[in-house]
Amino acid sequence: MTFQTIGKSLRRKEGFLKVTGHSVYADDLRLENCLYGKTIRSTVPHAKIKEIRFKDGIPWDEFTIVLPSDIPGLNAVTLIDAEQPFLAEREIRHVAEPVALIAHRDKHLVEKARHFVHVDVEELPAVLTMEEALERNNVFKSYLVQNGDPSEKWNEADVIVEETYRTGAQEHLYIEPQAMIANTIPGESVTVWGSMQCPYYVQKALAPLFDLSHENVRVVQTETGGGFGGKEEYPNMIAGHAALLSWKAGRPVKMIYDRREDMWATTKRHPSKIRVKAAFKRDGTLVALDIDILLDGGAYPTLSAVVLSRATLHAWGPYKCGHTRVRSRVVMTNSVPYGAFRGFGAPQAIFAIEMHMNRAALELGIDPVEIRRKNFLHQGDQMPTGQVIREKIDLEMMMDRALELSGYHRKRADFEQFNAQSRPHRKGIGLSVFFHGSGFTGSGELRLASELSMALTGQGGVEVFAANVEYGQGTNTVLTQIAAEACRIDPDLVMIHQPDTSAVPNSGPTVASRTTMVVGKLVERAALELRKRLKEPTDFEASARQYLAEHGELRITVQYEPSSDLHWDDEKYRGEAYAGYAWSCDVAEVEVDAVEYMARVTNFVSVVECGRVINPLLAAGQIEGGIAQGIGFALYENVVLEQGAMKNNQFTNYIIPTTADTPDIHVNFVEFPHSNPGPYQAKGIGEMPIDGPAPAIGSAVAHALGGRFINELPLLPERIMDVVESL
Amino acid sequence: MSFQVVTPYSLDEALGALASGEKLVPLAGATDLMVYMEAGTLAPCRFLNLQELDELKPTLSVNGSLTLGAMTTYRDVRVSPIREQFPMLAWAAREVGALAIQSRGTWAGNVANASPAADGVPALMAYDAEIDLWSKKERRRVPLAKFYRGYKEMDRRPDELIAALHLPLPQPGWVDYYRKVGTRRFQAISKTLLAGRILLDADRAVRDIRMVFASIAPYTLRAVQTEAIVRGRELTPEVIEEAAQAIQDEIHPIDDIRSTETYRRRVTSNLVRDFLSL
Repeated sequence: MTFQTIGKSLRRKEGFLKVTGHSVYADDLRLENCLYGKTIRSTVPHAKIKEIRFKDGIPWDEFTIVLPSDIPGLNAVTLIDAEQPFLAEREIRHVAEPVALIAHRDKHLVEKARHFVHVDVEELPAVLTMEEALERNNVFKSYLVQNGDPSEKWNEADVIVEETYRTGAQEHLYIEPQAMIANTIPGESVTVWGSMQCPYYVQKALAPLFDLSHENVRVVQTETGGGFGGKEEYPNMIAGHAALLSWKAGRPVKMIYDRREDMWATTKRHPSKIRVKAAFKRDGTLVALDIDILLDGGAYPTLSAVVLSRATLHAWGPYKCGHTRVRSRVVMTNSVPYGAFRGFGAPQAIFAIEMHMNRAALELGIDPVEIRRKNFLHQGDQMPTGQVIREKIDLEMMMDRALELSGYHRKRADFEQFNAQSRPHRKGIGLSVFFHGSGFTGSGELRLASELSMALTGQGGVEVFAANVEYGQGTNTVLTQIAAEACRIDPDLVMIHQPDTSAVPNSGPTVASRTTMVVGKLVERAALELRKRLKEPTDFEASARQYLAEHGELRITVQYEPSSDLHWDDEKYRGEAYAGYAWSCDVAEVEVDAVEYMARVTNFVSVVECGRVINPLLAAGQIEGGIAQGIGFALYENVVLEQGAMKNNQFTNYIIPTTADTPDIHVNFVEFPHSNPGPYQAKGIGEMPIDGPAPAIGSAVAHALGGRFINELPLLPERIMDVVESL
Repeated sequence: MSFQVVTPYSLDEALGALASGEKLVPLAGATDLMVYMEAGTLAPCRFLNLQELDELKPTLSVNGSLTLGAMTTYRDVRVSPIREQFPMLAWAAREVGALAIQSRGTWAGNVANASPAADGVPALMAYDAEIDLWSKKERRRVPLAKFYRGYKEMDRRPDELIAALHLPLPQPGWVDYYRKVGTRRFQAISKTLLAGRILLDADRAVRDIRMVFASIAPYTLRAVQTEAIVRGRELTPEVIEEAAQAIQDEIHPIDDIRSTETYRRRVTSNLVRDFLSL
């Protein structure tokens, strides 16, 4: 099959506006009589609120002040549940929890006034570790997946390897901080414009807050400077705050967090503690696997239940094992709530299983490559959920390609020889193989029932109406390419409507690596339907114009249709967990400096199978970016917590790698465009690239250190030092 | 009260304002002060803007010694041929923030900000820099190595301005060493840092040496005791190890948001070994 547009590296649709500074972000919007809003937050992790005092020295009569008693509807953020208050009313459950809102037309005065609000509290004991939360049985959610019975297999094993792995929190560090503007007609309607991934989530959260019907809450996404999951659920909160202030003031209110507040008060990746026990035969065959996952959810449930679900369903890695048990729990602590972050639980689980396979190889005295060959999943095999791999996969071929591109075997031997001599640094090489499920877990897509519209335009092209946002990852361009291909028109004739709940149907959130695969499929189906209505024209443009001249308009709406062979049992946690999986193999090379104990990644190869690649340049960019963020997760990004909140909440002290710290990244695509459900057989790629770097780098560091594994991320020099000094 | 800026157009005016007794904060590149302001950790004050004073203009003049005018920036040094004679100044300048900061930030500002993690001060100190301090009352010159007394405490009265820095021209034969241990390759604050200079005799004995450290004491520290241990001796593995141990008694590192005392101690000794093994 030959394509006109699919597989071509089209330029980003919004790229020119961005690089020339013409894109309009939330802070660029100017509304008349606009006030600036600020959030008053708690400074203790657990307490009863006694009184909020507004101290002298500020003209408080000029201010708009919102307290819980001003809330017209439900004081809770509606997400999966509705537990987290917009403003804490009696009990404070974490540092940086919102307790009141203030607004004034003078931005600097609001900033100053913040320091004149005092929250009198009676402090209560706080739970700040996962272990203590578990002891108290503060469990938000737990899952159990089991096939066979690992406990019967330990006796049959030649070697049992058991380890505990830990990962820390990670900050998204999107370039544009959280930003929202609200305008309301008190008693009637609410409109918000802002930086977000999920306009319909915001609508769902705001309607009950104001006791309004959904139609009376309009949510418009403005150009969004990055998200990485950090703008999945948090915008609900800031949108609610801005709208509450506007509702009280009767004027527009703008809220833009500065970097410190953003890092201090908003969600991060869930810290994890994962125990893996695995039984092997002498030749490396995996016999039994028992995994226990513990995540810190923070003070409110947010999306923790689904983050835990994805961690659970990625825990076994790309291996076949007849006796597997995964037990997982996410616990409540008095930390700032953790939330969605690219990878969504999978990076933590994949770090554990992939480090463990490399560790097991060492203990078995076989190469990490060979232990994987022994155990890889193949077409027709079952995952522990009972899901049969129907699509064609060839992990051996992908791994071999990664080994060849990286010169793995030669370097492994060379580095060992190099390390045997006393040098100022040591070298290592390591690999990881992993998958990432595209789209919502289990029956999630069925419940979302996404809708998308497409209409003919006067130019003879089409306009796509979807709620999925462009936030740097390429939505606009990829959906354009799919529409252009399916309609068989020039991509310049495809328009993407701004995500606005008053104009676009609910095609679901922009999360879970679902946009290309799930929403892209809706685009394809809508386009094919339009072609059908136009009677399969040879000249789409002419036919479209003629149709409009005769009928005025043509707009059609399509809805998600699940594949009939997908079944998921939420009770037993069995069935088809994901409609499609993307697969990947990473090889990382590192050098560990002997003076400062710092590990640096010196080369990186990633072989990726994500079905058909719609736009190779954007896809490679997504993967390189994910790997850079994965390098940060592995080596640099250390959220220092104080009373459960980020203490190093500054660019200066939260270290992400720059281009001087990231190596050449070689991305290589393998395409098996067969039976997967995406448009033109494409699958998701947004999250997968952040899954593999940490275990590949961790294993490379272990290789450099003569087989000494460090089970905790990030691999800071301070941690590496202890191992090097013991050599 | 809010922040205010006073801009004098002559040195007399500037020194007069400083002598008036009113608290004025000299403002050069503002690369530190703006961060404090943004973070809300700087109390409202009046700034004394130094941009218009001819006597402080960026200059790099060689006349027996190198003189840096107070407003000389890191970038001025990076692009100047002076880096041939003072290579460590250029290396240090490269380590300060990003290009934007290097183009605004000044060497004298780095001295006056008195951060124990300063990147420029260790290089200046290793080159035996002296500071011109001018007030309405007097003009005096003090060695940089004796300028600091404690955390952000220094030998500068509120009525004094840093007017210039003087660096004696290095004699032939000196070898420079500058290594910053940061949290990443660039745009990082040091966890420890060694700016070293060494002059060896023909028989490899140490004729003279400078060892200056950052981030392991409340201020930039010249390790005179460790210098004394190696001065006059041949750099045998035993002498190097003696120096690597001796430095432990001179430094006072702490645990903080960026690293630990243990790490700073071990790596500082490693830096000494690395430097002396050249």
